[in-house]
Parts: sequence; structure tokens; C-alpha cells
Amino acid sequence: MKLYMKYFSIHLKSIMEYKSSFILTCIGQFLVSFNVFLGIHFMFQRFSSVEGFTYAEVLLCFSVTLMEFTLAEAVARGFDGFGSIVRNGEFDRILVRPRGEILQVLGSRIEFSRIGRILQAVVMFVYGVTVSQVKWNLPKVLTVILMLAGGTAVFSGLFLIYASICFFTLEGLEFMNIFTDGAREYGKYPVCIYGKRVLQLCTFVVPYALIQYYPLLNLLDRGKPFYSLLPLAACLFPVPCLLLWKIGVRHYTSSGS
Amino acid sequence: MKSYRKYLAFFRLRFSVGLQYRTAALAGIVTQFVWGSMEVLMFRAFYRSDPGSFPMTLSATCSYVWLQQAFLALFMAWMMENEIFDSIVNGNIAYELCRPVNLYSMWYARSLANRFSKAVLRCLPILVFAFFVPAPYGLMLPESPGTFLLFLFTLFAGTGVTTAFCMLVYMVSFFTISPAGIRMVAVSVVEFFAGAVIPIPFFPNGVRRVFELLPFASMQNVPLRIYSGDLTGRAMLDAAALQLFWLAALVLLGRLLNALAMKKVTVQGG
Repeated sequence: MKLYMKYFSIHLKSIMEYKSSFILTCIGQFLVSFNVFLGIHFMFQRFSSVEGFTYAEVLLCFSVTLMEFTLAEAVARGFDGFGSIVRNGEFDRILVRPRGEILQVLGSRIEFSRIGRILQAVVMFVYGVTVSQVKWNLPKVLTVILMLAGGTAVFSGLFLIYASICFFTLEGLEFMNIFTDGAREYGKYPVCIYGKRVLQLCTFVVPYALIQYYPLLNLLDRGKPFYSLLPLAACLFPVPCLLLWKIGVRHYTSSGS
Repeated sequence: MKSYRKYLAFFRLRFSVGLQYRTAALAGIVTQFVWGSMEVLMFRAFYRSDPGSFPMTLSATCSYVWLQQAFLALFMAWMMENEIFDSIVNGNIAYELCRPVNLYSMWYARSLANRFSKAVLRCLPILVFAFFVPAPYGLMLPESPGTFLLFLFTLFAGTGVTTAFCMLVYMVSFFTISPAGIRMVAVSVVEFFAGAVIPIPFFPNGVRRVFELLPFASMQNVPLRIYSGDLTGRAMLDAAALQLFWLAALVLLGRLLNALAMKKVTVQGG
């Protein structure tokens, strides 16, 4: 942990050397997800609700998903460029150091520019909460915290799978974007609106629904009490991902250069 | 006529380079399948909630989505060429300037070829798949052969407009050195106004009337809506004419900027 804080402060310092470029990237990040927000906004100018969810409730859902994804991305973005780490032999250097590989890969890149997106998510969250009139109590606050933790775990797990595949293919596979960027994009609506099949897929295969749809129902007083605990199950998702990573590390043969 | 042959050669070169990336295309096809399906499912949910508020028919909307995924490479503004940006930033532009060609035309030909080669590799499997998805969620046939011809025509014109817009971004990069910011803003603006986030008919009527006059509406909006039968008759011809106007205007502006940039270009050493 101490080492990670060290990485953290190094990245922070290096970013602060290029302040204007940092601010521009933040704005860019903001604009991309702002487009998604505008899309939702104008859809709801036309439609009053979708599958029983109102505008404010959808915003609540979108903001939580966006926060989960962005937190995971800020931390685990090191895995995104992992293909090049494997290709250029950087991973050899990582292996010879007497510290965990994952920690070092994580430390290779920390994205502070995601702060633009987090801010937006927070604003939408506050709006969603006030308009949809969620009555707050302790279990609900805990539910939100669990959602954020579980969501960050799931998305980090997906990034980890993405990186593990690089051991075998030497480059990132584009279709993995479906699970990461796709989930962020389509997680703007509660997953149940895409139909029963998709909901089942998102419950049992990749547990998006556990961190988004089910606990959300509880926030809106529509679900069953145990729904709040489902994100805990989602926290188990990184375990098999970690296994895949271990297999990958064992399989790793240096690419040479 | 002879001068066109050079640019045709650039086009052909880039086109065949683009055709080499078959694995990337396969990955792209899979991604687009999923993306298209999710989009269709999303519109289905809205349709179920309130069919009366739907501005297009459901099957027209689904056709729009599938065509959008199939021809993604033609219209996505983020598919700009990094090589061009790099050459401006790192000074390799100097080599390009030594060639006896017009920079604008060369880059235009290249970008066009890049988009077409990507689209050729990707569109067919998606179109065939979408065609077999049961109605109203699949891709329907166009109303008449005439509609289809006009769709093809506006498809090319729309690609021309998109490329011309990207050319403007390249040209502006000459003046700023760090193009990343402008690029991101430009891409976001195009995505939103062109109907890539949600189709233009879904916007409220007042907003929509303004959007339809902007150059961004002349990109994917026109061909996809003509195919799906949402634009017909007079409105269809007007939209096609507007496309040609924007194509001419953007190319003219791009060439102007090109001339201006050439006068004051400072090649980055290194």
C-alpha cells in the first residue's frame, strides 16, 4: 500500500507539470459522457418513463454506473496498456522486482483526468436523489457504498481479464470493449429494460445487474431486502479473473525485445 | 484529368492497406453486433413504454441502428488518422510538403480510402445478420429501387461531408501544435449533432429543425433515414441538396485553411 501511494504521488506530480493538457483531457472526458447524458435527457423529453423508470431514476442509475466504471478505470487503467508492456519486454523488468506484479502494473498508470467524469456523475447523482425523492436511511447509504465497491471490483476484474488475454495474444482484443465500455454505455439504463435474456446474462455471467439493477430497486423501495447485499457477491468476480492472470503469468514467455 | 490520377493512386494505396487488417475487422464486427443489438433492445423498451411518442416507426428505427453499425467506419468522427496528427506534431510533414501534390487533396483521398476500406470489410456480415433478425427488429428492405439508389448516393455524399469535416480538424491542428483537445471537442460535437447518440428525429421538434440544417445532419442522418423510409418525397431531395451544399462549403473552407496554413507553417525540428 505504501508503494502504491508512492506511485500515486509520482503520477500526481508528473501530471501537474502539464497542467493545461491535464485540464483539456478532463474536459474531453467530461464531454464524452456528457453526450450520453444529453442522449438520455432528450429521450426523456419525449418519453415520460421507460419500463417504469422515470428520468430521475435513470439518472440515478447512470450516475452510479458511471462512478463505478470511472473509479475502476482510474485505478486499473494500467491494465489497458498492458499489451504494449508485454510486447516491449517491460514485463520482464516487472517480474525481476521483488514486489507483486499486479501492484506494479497498476502503478504504471493512474488516470487523474477521470475526475471530470466523476464530478459529472456526482452532480447527476445528487439531482437523481433529490428528484426521485429517495428516503434515506442507514441501510440505503450502505447499499450505495456496497454498489460502488462491488462495481469497482467488477470493472477492475474485467480490466484484469483484458490484460491477462495479452499474455496469450500479445495485444488487447478489441471485443473486450463490449464488456467495459459497452457496459458503461448501456449501463446508463437499468439492465432490465433490455429484456429478460440480457438480465439473466448480466446476473450470472458478468454480474452487472448485481451492482446496478437489483440494489437500485432497493434504493427506490421496490426490491427485496437481500438485494442490497448482492454487490457483495459481485465482489467475488475478480477471483476467477485473478486466476486467469496467474495462469497468464505462468504462461508468459518474454517477447524478447 | 491527369492530376486526378495521383490522388486516385493515393486512394488505392490506402484502400489496399486498409483491407489487410482483417482480424481487427472481425473484432470490430463482433463489437458492432453486440452494440447494435443493445441499441435495438433499448429502443424496444422505449417503444413498449409509450409507442405513441415514437417519432419514427419501430422498424425504421431498427433499420437505422443496424445501418449505423454496419457503416460505422464511414461516419464516425473519431476515426481520424493519427498518422496525420503525428506528422503535424513531429515535423514529418516536411516530407509530405516536398511532394508535388496538394496536401489537402492527398489527405482527403487517403482518409476517404481508409474509411471505405474499413466499411467494406465490416458492413456485409452485419447487414446479412441484421437482415435475418425478425421484423420489426431487423433490417428491412428499402421501399423502392429509387430509394435505394438515392440512399447509396447520399451515403457517399455523407462520407464526403464527414471526411471534409475531419480535414478541417487536421487543418486547425497546424495552428495549435497540440491537437488532442480540439480533436476531442470536435468528435463530441459531431457525435451529438449528427444523430450518433440518438437519431435526430428523437429530438424535440424545435431543436430538431435547427439540427437538420447543420452540416452534421448531412453526415449519417440523411442516408440512414432515406433508407429506412423516414425521409421521403420533397424533404428527401432537399436533404440531399443540402448535403451537396455542405460538402462544397466544407471542402472550400478546408482548402482555404490549407492555403493559410501553408503560408505560415513552421516545421517542428527534430
